[in-house]
Amino acid sequence: MARTMKLRIFRGNSKDGGLQDVSVEANEGEVILDVIHRVQAEQIGDLAVRWNCKAGKCGSCSVEINGKPRLACMTQVASFDEAETVTITPLRAFPVIKDLVTDVSFNYKKAMEVRAYEPPADLKPGEARMQQIDVERSQEFRKCIECFLCQDTCHVIRDHEENKKSFRRPTLLYSLGRAGHAPVGHHSQSQAIRPGRTWPWNVQHHQVLYRSLS
Amino acid sequence: MSNQLERYKYDVVIIGAGGAGLRAAVEAREAGLSVAIVCKSLFGKAHTVMAEGGVAASMGNVNESDNWMVHFRDTMRGGKFLNNYRMAELHAKEAPERVWELEVWGALFDRTKEGKISQRNFGGHEYPRLAHVGDRTGLELIRTMQQRIVALQQKDGRDHGDAEKFIKVFAEVTITEILKENGKVSGAYGYRRENGEEILFEAPAVILATGGAGKTFKITSNSWEGTGDGHALALKAGGHLIDMEFFQFHPTGMVWPPSVRGLLVTESVRGDGGVLTNSEGKRFMFDYIPDVFKDKYADNEAEADRWYTDQANNRRPPELLPRDEVARAINSEIKAGRGTEHGGVYLDVSKRLPADVIKKKLPSMWHQFYELAGVDITKEAMEVGPTCHYVMGGAWVEPDTAAVIDVPGLFAAGECAGGMHGSNRLGGNSLSDLLVFGRRAGLGAVEYVKSNGANPVSEGSVAAAAAKIEAPFNNPGSENPYALHHELQETAHNLVGIIRTKTELEEAIAKIADLRARAKNIGVSGGRQFNPGFHLTFDLDNMLLIAEAAAKSALIREESRGGHTREDFPTMSSTWRQVNNITTWNGSSIAVEQKHLPDLTKELFDLFDIHELEKYMTSDELSQSRGGSN
Repeated sequence: MARTMKLRIFRGNSKDGGLQDVSVEANEGEVILDVIHRVQAEQIGDLAVRWNCKAGKCGSCSVEINGKPRLACMTQVASFDEAETVTITPLRAFPVIKDLVTDVSFNYKKAMEVRAYEPPADLKPGEARMQQIDVERSQEFRKCIECFLCQDTCHVIRDHEENKKSFRRPTLLYSLGRAGHAPVGHHSQSQAIRPGRTWPWNVQHHQVLYRSLS
Repeated sequence: MSNQLERYKYDVVIIGAGGAGLRAAVEAREAGLSVAIVCKSLFGKAHTVMAEGGVAASMGNVNESDNWMVHFRDTMRGGKFLNNYRMAELHAKEAPERVWELEVWGALFDRTKEGKISQRNFGGHEYPRLAHVGDRTGLELIRTMQQRIVALQQKDGRDHGDAEKFIKVFAEVTITEILKENGKVSGAYGYRRENGEEILFEAPAVILATGGAGKTFKITSNSWEGTGDGHALALKAGGHLIDMEFFQFHPTGMVWPPSVRGLLVTESVRGDGGVLTNSEGKRFMFDYIPDVFKDKYADNEAEADRWYTDQANNRRPPELLPRDEVARAINSEIKAGRGTEHGGVYLDVSKRLPADVIKKKLPSMWHQFYELAGVDITKEAMEVGPTCHYVMGGAWVEPDTAAVIDVPGLFAAGECAGGMHGSNRLGGNSLSDLLVFGRRAGLGAVEYVKSNGANPVSEGSVAAAAAKIEAPFNNPGSENPYALHHELQETAHNLVGIIRTKTELEEAIAKIADLRARAKNIGVSGGRQFNPGFHLTFDLDNMLLIAEAAAKSALIREESRGGHTREDFPTMSSTWRQVNNITTWNGSSIAVEQKHLPDLTKELFDLFDIHELEKYMTSDELSQSRGGSN
């Protein structure tokens, strides 16, 4: 069923801006990103919003909806009462570029500070042997879509700009988990890899990581 | 003209930061070149992220009978023998190395019991062949490549004191033009999306790795980025596109709710046992097995079901036919009135696998349907229908070096390059394609730069490129870019879609010409700062070229093959199999010429059973090749 949705969208840039009220049609099954796009196509041609996959897989369309960090593509219109005015604002933890788009380069800079994975020198292509149970532990960290909503939720940087210089951010945990738990071994080593075992070089890599951070 | 022009000099500029672009970057940097990676989105958001099922490579981890020759045969069959055989050969031979290399770089694939990389079944692949990470293989691939780039940057930081000295990522930049001097590439010009400021890259080599063009169509699995930029840049630089009539309509996109229409439902659902049924409950794919595939696919449910546990003694279920066959079958069922409430068919995996296995093997599918459609796929069937997913056509390139023909210094890899997949791509062959040819494009650029030094950009070229970017702001016209895009998508979908006819294609060509004329009157509201209406104006220009190339090539090809089905010419023609459609842009319209497809070498010819080739080739070809020169 089509309905009219009342939105209050931030319009502006780093210098000034404010909330603008708009009314827009919304159809059954639509998400907030759909109605933002309809506003863009029909009312405000230069309304800035990031998006890519529209399936909750790329983490581009992060905004705040009624003050809560959300993916616009995964937030159902039907989750709001028809009488409600829904407020859409940019992520507060990062500087506004324009409208709903923020400067998230902070996250890329911090990611660059974590030493990247480097394979063991003696690992040859096709020789790696790992058990599914070990792989799954690290795969869990690799599901991160880098939407930066966890950063936006974290009050240490959300409310305190001065902390960004030294604070490593919540996504540090993901970076460490990703790099540090890779359970690579290979069959030239005489021992079979047992489930649940982390190989010594990984422990070394962990130590390198922590040293690079301290 | 913007306030100041940002200027950079690199050995290679890579346009696109998906799998192909990043793989090319690694190759070029490791050979000692300086590399700019330019992408329209933030780094790490490229469409490769969306790839679900896996990467095809004949490692033989699950079935030892697999090897490059079997993979080559499957790829040629899938493409209905229109593939550039040399590309298909290189792809099949090199894919395993590229997958193992990813693993060395830190990718964590799912495992077999022996601890090797697990491989899953997919449409058109004779053996389990797709290395995978649940149903988020693309995410793992792009993160691994991202990490590899960061590793190279960190090394440069240690060795040279500046991590971005030799590889720098320019995120949220759109390239509007490939610059040339003296007939050779000299650089690339574009604007920053964030503020509209213009940016110039001077470089003797440019690699196009921009992906697809699905946004030309109304129902698509592609993100906003899939606007055929690399295709259009190649054309505008004097290159050509090959076989642009071939678009892949993936058989299973979501159909409900309308907001997610077209969103991909991975082929892994069928690979892992999902069956397709119509509104009458009939498993209809048994009715759609084409003659050329009759000996490889089960013609009854009992055999098809046995195949999941015993592949040696049973033929494959017809749900795993190549994508073009399944898409056409679904289309026919819906047209015949046997579709679901929302105009799709049912895809059900809930009766085949236990809930916990579905959630483990297909976690993002479960999440996608649960969150966006309110459907629990562990308990009920999905509604699915065809969605524009991939373009087989693309820049016409030299197979070994990925060099764009007729444009020295320009290279293309991945979806924006053509030839590799013929008339239809097999699932899983895209991720392997972009690794194999991303690397080869990087190598090609390295060799080119070594023998061709810098080619300075003239101020005249810069001024001309700048004037084009400024134009829509000075235009008093009243056309709305969003509305024109919508009309183009309707035209492409209705008239250049899954089933085509002469009259509809002629109508499409006229409408596209009309849209192009109207696009000259687009007036952009707002300023240069992150202005999506302004951005769309340039994307739209590219999509108009894609649509025109597709419609004109489709009109000329009077047969049905792979991702091109003509209602008025419903069968394959062995004469047309020998023909590539080559498109050229003269500045105002697209022209299409026919060129003879390169002949299979004797060595590759002999990999096939002669009786199979008889289904595709003319008797003249068969007798010639059998005698075979190389």
